[in-house]
Formats: sequence, structure tokens, C-alpha cells
Amino acid sequence: MSGRMSTIGTYRPGSSALHRLPAGPKMALLLVAVIGVVLLRQPWQLGIAALLVAVLYGWARIPWRVAVAQVWPLRWTIVVIAAFQLWLADWRAAVVVCAGLMIAVAVAALVTLTTRVTEMLDLCVRLLGPLRRVGVDPDRVGLVLALTIRCVPLLVSVIDEVNQARRARGLGFSLVALVSPAIVRALRSADAIGDALIARGVDD
Amino acid sequence: MSEIRFDAVHHRFGERTVLSGIDLTLTEPRIGIVGANGSGKSTLARMINGLVEPTAGTVTVDGVDTAKQGREVRRRVGFVFTDPDNQIVMPTVAEDVAFSLRRSGLTKPEIAERVAQLLRRFGLDGHADHPTHLLSGGQKQLLALAAVLIREPSVLVADEPTTLLDLRNARMVAELLAGLAEQVVLVTHHLELLADFDRVLVIEDGRVLADDRPAPALAAYRQAVGRQ
Repeated sequence: MSGRMSTIGTYRPGSSALHRLPAGPKMALLLVAVIGVVLLRQPWQLGIAALLVAVLYGWARIPWRVAVAQVWPLRWTIVVIAAFQLWLADWRAAVVVCAGLMIAVAVAALVTLTTRVTEMLDLCVRLLGPLRRVGVDPDRVGLVLALTIRCVPLLVSVIDEVNQARRARGLGFSLVALVSPAIVRALRSADAIGDALIARGVDD
Repeated sequence: MSEIRFDAVHHRFGERTVLSGIDLTLTEPRIGIVGANGSGKSTLARMINGLVEPTAGTVTVDGVDTAKQGREVRRRVGFVFTDPDNQIVMPTVAEDVAFSLRRSGLTKPEIAERVAQLLRRFGLDGHADHPTHLLSGGQKQLLALAAVLIREPSVLVADEPTTLLDLRNARMVAELLAGLAEQVVLVTHHLELLADFDRVLVIEDGRVLADDRPAPALAAYRQAVGRQ
């Protein structure tokens, strides 16, 4: 699982038109796509949207396993939302809401899979540039975004190791046994990453 | 070579004295630091980069005070940590090395050229676009080293860079460190790495127990370990 999880949103080198498209237009298209998906109300419309997203993944030459891995972590959320919608509304509402969520995540993942983080960082710095006047440091915001993306596989491996350690000790599943050491290790890592950022001259 | 000076350096962490009465002038190209866990050797190393400030005394690199001019010091002193995962910021190899130059004033093509050169030198050119989390431990440490050395520091401080590595990867990193033109301060438990060094400091309970050529210094360390 951790192997599959660690592929989420990680840039995959390529030379497709999607890879070559600059980050700005790509982010604008993402915004339009997400708004568009939210506005769709019929299951067949979402079916077409899903097909379109699948075509885009194929166009970008993203392997289907990697594509599935982008939405796989949503499975339990989808189950809960679907159950909720079935209870409160009907199957159409459940399909529209769940499919809309999955398509939006898949499109967002496609952008990160085909865009280098540095390109997104540059875009972020450019877009936030005017906010320097009110004290916002665009470089710092960009760095936070980059670190967030970088920390996903790091946290997945922490949770994986904590889980293995629990199993090695013969303990059954326990949320406390999983969450406590994971948080401690995550905080230690955060501390160490902070030191490393200073050492790498991030404040320079 | 740079001159690293510790003048009457003390460091306390809460009630605990971590370093006490350190007076050193380090000018040799290869300096090793050894000591037991908790002896204060990592704190000593971190002071060279200004990551830890002494509670008393001063640490300078070429006359630049690490506590007062941290940024200036960090331009001269690169630091490699034990766990490269904590040092790698960007998701891909080339991006991470380029990250070190983001405020260098170089143009994008210039940065790309320098990154490509360094990755070739470190044998990572085939991994430029690979996700950093999929590299082996040795490759990650090489990447961490590359990301530090691209800033062309005059001093490289490495805090147990081979501790988490297997023998093959540890050798690979050690060979690379040995071939560097920069002044190297290496904190390590792998004593064999220090055989060709110019000077070895043995730290025990926050003090310098021995300061000598590798053979006598390491003999003193082994003797001290034997006493415990």
C-alpha cells in the first residue's frame, strides 16, 4: 500500500502536451474543470466527464495503476458519503456527489503528475507577488506547498513503519498505538526538517 | 582552508551541560569527531554551521561569528545530516539540488547546467527526474551531499552521514567525502573512515578528551570506551 500511496501526486517525467503546458494555464484549466464538475447534476454527465479525464490520463501516458492510486485513498470517504447520500437523498445524488469528488481529485492529481513542483512554486510566487505589500512572503508560501507535497510519502512511510512495529510486537489494531508514535515521529521529523532548511540557507 | 575557532565555548540544554570549556582552532582539511552518543559531538558540529548557538563563548568561521552572522556562516559552511530524508525538500532529484540555488541570482538555464554537472559527478544523472523518496539510502545521502555542495561552501560538516547506510553505501559516501576539495568535518561512529584524516577530536561528557592524529586519538577513544 505504501508504494501505491507514495505515487500520489508525485511528478512523472514525460513529454506529452500536458507535460509541456505551462503551470499557469494548467491550474486555470483545473479550476474550470473542478467548478464544471461541481455544476454537473446528471450521472450521465459525470460519466462523460470521467471518460474525458481517463482520456487525459492516457494522453499524458500515466499508467493506469498510477491513475487508480490517485483516487484509491478516497475509497472509505466515498463509502461514507455514498451511504449518507443514499440515506438522505437517493442513488442519483450518491453517484453525482461521489463521482464529482473522485473526478475533481483525479484532475487535480493529473496536474501534479504532469507539473514539476518548481513550476508550481514559481507560479505561486508570481501570483502572490502583489501580496508582498501586505507582508506575505510568496517564497515562503511556495516552500510550504512544496514541503506539503514532499511530506506525503514521508508520512506514509512513517505510518507504515509504525504499523509494522506494532505488528512485530504482536499487538492488534489500536488507534492510539498507531497515532501516538506516528505523531511523535512526525513532529521529530518536522523539527529535523526545520534544522535542515536553515542549514540549506532557506532564510538567506 | 577555513579557520574554525571555538573560544571558551559552553553549551547548556536546560539543566544539562552539553559542552564545557571548548577551545579549538581547526584549520586542517580533514577533521574527524568521535564520541559516545550524548557526548556532545553533534552539538559541537552544529555550532560550526550556527544551527546551535553556544550559551557562552564564541564560535567563528574565518572570523565570522556563527551566532551573530548565521546567514553569512551558512554560505561558507554546508551541513549534511544523518537522515537524508529530513534534508530533502523537493519531490524529484534535480529539483532538490536546484532548490539550493533558488536565491543564487543564476538564471534557470545556468542552474539547470550546474545541477546536471553535479548530478553527473555524483552518479545521479540517470535519476534527475526520479522521485526522491524512491532512491536508495545511499543515493539519498549522495543527493543530500550534492544539494549542499552545489552552493560551493568552503567547509562541509557531516553529522554521521553513514550511520543509516549499509556497508556498500557507507563506503560510497565515504569515498565521495574523501575526494572532496572542501574542508570536511566528519562526525562518525565508523572509526575506519578517519584513518587518513589530519586530525581527530574525541569528545566525552562535553569535553575534548583527545585531540590528535587519528591513530593516537582513536586509541584514546577506545581506551575511554573500555574504561566505561
